[in-house]
Amino acid sequence: MREITYAEALTEALREEMRRDKAVFCLGEDIGRIGGNFGITKGLQKEFGEDRVRDTPISEDAIVGASLGAALTGLRPVPEIMFSSFLGCCWEQIWNQVSKVRYMSGGQVKVPMVIRTVNAIGRSTAAQHNERPEAMLMHMPGLKVVAPATPYDAKGLLKAAIRSDDPVIFFEQCFLYYTVKGEVPEGDYTVPIGKADIKRKGSDLTIATYSNMVHKSMQAAAVLSKEDGVEAEVIDMRTLSPMDMDTVLESVKKTGRLIVATDDCRRGSTGAEIAAEVAEKGFDYLDAPVVRVATMDVPTPFSKPMENYIIPTPEKIVAAARAMLEG
Amino acid sequence: METMLRMRKFEEHAIEIFSEGLMGGVLHTYIGEEAIAAGVCANLRKDDYVTGTHRGHGHCIAKGSPPFRMMAELMGRKDGCNKGKGGSMHTMDFENGVLGSNGIVGSGIPIATGAALSAKIRGTDQVAVAFFGDGATNRGSFHEALNMAAIWDLPVIFVCEDNKWAISVPREKSTRIQDLSTRASSYGMPGAVVNGNDAMAVYEAAKKAVERARSGGGPTLLVCDTLRQRGHEEGDAQEYRPKDEVARAKEIDPIKIMTKHLIGHGYMTAEQVEALYGKVEAEMADAVARARKSEFPAPEEALDDLFSEVV
Repeated sequence: MREITYAEALTEALREEMRRDKAVFCLGEDIGRIGGNFGITKGLQKEFGEDRVRDTPISEDAIVGASLGAALTGLRPVPEIMFSSFLGCCWEQIWNQVSKVRYMSGGQVKVPMVIRTVNAIGRSTAAQHNERPEAMLMHMPGLKVVAPATPYDAKGLLKAAIRSDDPVIFFEQCFLYYTVKGEVPEGDYTVPIGKADIKRKGSDLTIATYSNMVHKSMQAAAVLSKEDGVEAEVIDMRTLSPMDMDTVLESVKKTGRLIVATDDCRRGSTGAEIAAEVAEKGFDYLDAPVVRVATMDVPTPFSKPMENYIIPTPEKIVAAARAMLEG
Repeated sequence: METMLRMRKFEEHAIEIFSEGLMGGVLHTYIGEEAIAAGVCANLRKDDYVTGTHRGHGHCIAKGSPPFRMMAELMGRKDGCNKGKGGSMHTMDFENGVLGSNGIVGSGIPIATGAALSAKIRGTDQVAVAFFGDGATNRGSFHEALNMAAIWDLPVIFVCEDNKWAISVPREKSTRIQDLSTRASSYGMPGAVVNGNDAMAVYEAAKKAVERARSGGGPTLLVCDTLRQRGHEEGDAQEYRPKDEVARAKEIDPIKIMTKHLIGHGYMTAEQVEALYGKVEAEMADAVARARKSEFPAPEEALDDLFSEVV
């Protein structure tokens, strides 16, 4: 099968969905002529026109609010928020409007919209272009939160998100865009929202993770296998809300140990949620306390040595695994 | 006139229900501002869209929402238009184009703008109306949405219900400008001020704006000058407000003005107006009686309606 990048997989998903369904349209800052800050919508305006691939003013609140209005009235908008840090500018619409309108209306409406945005860490862009706020979004009932790690999942999950009748926050990862290549089928397929995927089988230890950290966890697992003879099972959560805890619990039942590797900040994190679920439902399976490997609880510093110090790395996962297996 | 009476009677019954303790939360009535929703919505079709405010019962009624379902919603009953999940500040009725009353000041403005964008992309001739108060014009959502609507020539009418107060803060303490319609010029769209207590004047001004929007002319900002008759919410003694202003609000009551107009021009006799009052009162009394009899939802229904697919 052909191999394409994570970025190409996303573009392909958008193109195919826009061809398939006239109700799908994109809007956001700079998405037209330059295809967005990371080039994901490149070429789409040429094919679909300025109406359906719409450059907006710098107005995140109105981008999301207008998308909601369009979603309530028969379209399937795919707004792009250039960096997930900028979600702060449209928090009100996401929190009080998008996530609540279906529920508050007593189920009168569907809200088919996908907010695409970009997570980052380790880019030396300091704290305002370097954010991972998925745990905060996961905390809002009424939203689906998706964060793919591979090109295959990126294409399949974005298609599933666009076809979903519920609002989806779709976290892409700027590091993955052009560095990760993988096998992606040509043409149509979807990856179901709400299903985790075991990216590596293992019997000694479970690593639950997603997005960028899947790749770092795979590197850590390779080291553990080679140097320690320890086989880690790596679970890619893929969807953070709803969250597939069955797959995690099944794995922990087998391995007895769990590391949660995420690159959001540790306190109140996605990892905290996974750890709490395992404590409630899988306590008896555990041979050791659950360990979180996450970004330290500070805004992201600019200078490289400091940034490298606070972020989770394959080495930190390996160290956590070794400490756990010794203890 | 009938629509305005329906709004007024609805609110009078809502106050009664609230004072009896049959309604939880807070109640913000539309009393004194009826001419605005009535005048604007008389220009709209069922398939046009509106977004309302936390003072939103009037917008729903003017757009054709059934009072029984709304009253049941206020009382948290299962027959409520939102099945008891929204309440007074959030009455929604998508069947009649009401994309939601909104508890967050100014947040319906971008949503109406998006509905107008949708109409434009889909190639229909529907229009959208965003109702909001003068306080909302200080929010970013107002400025972002007006700018967006202007650059894309969207079929949306921004209707500011300028009642001069944002809870207890008077307008002159929250904005330097006297005439809020001048804000339209910042975005390159027409703006106008109209007597918001005169339903005919609102109707005529809105007619122009709706025609302009429907024919592809783009958005309009329409500021409707009015006064709140009651407090921000029921139970608000309005100690911050000059007494003579409250008295003035009652003098310029839109229903009084309309009654005078109808009788003065010979469109109706005093007896006919009286009969109309009776008819609407009977209709509303029936709605309230039915709502009182409606059951509460089962507690576990709290878990329904989150997603359209089971996950």
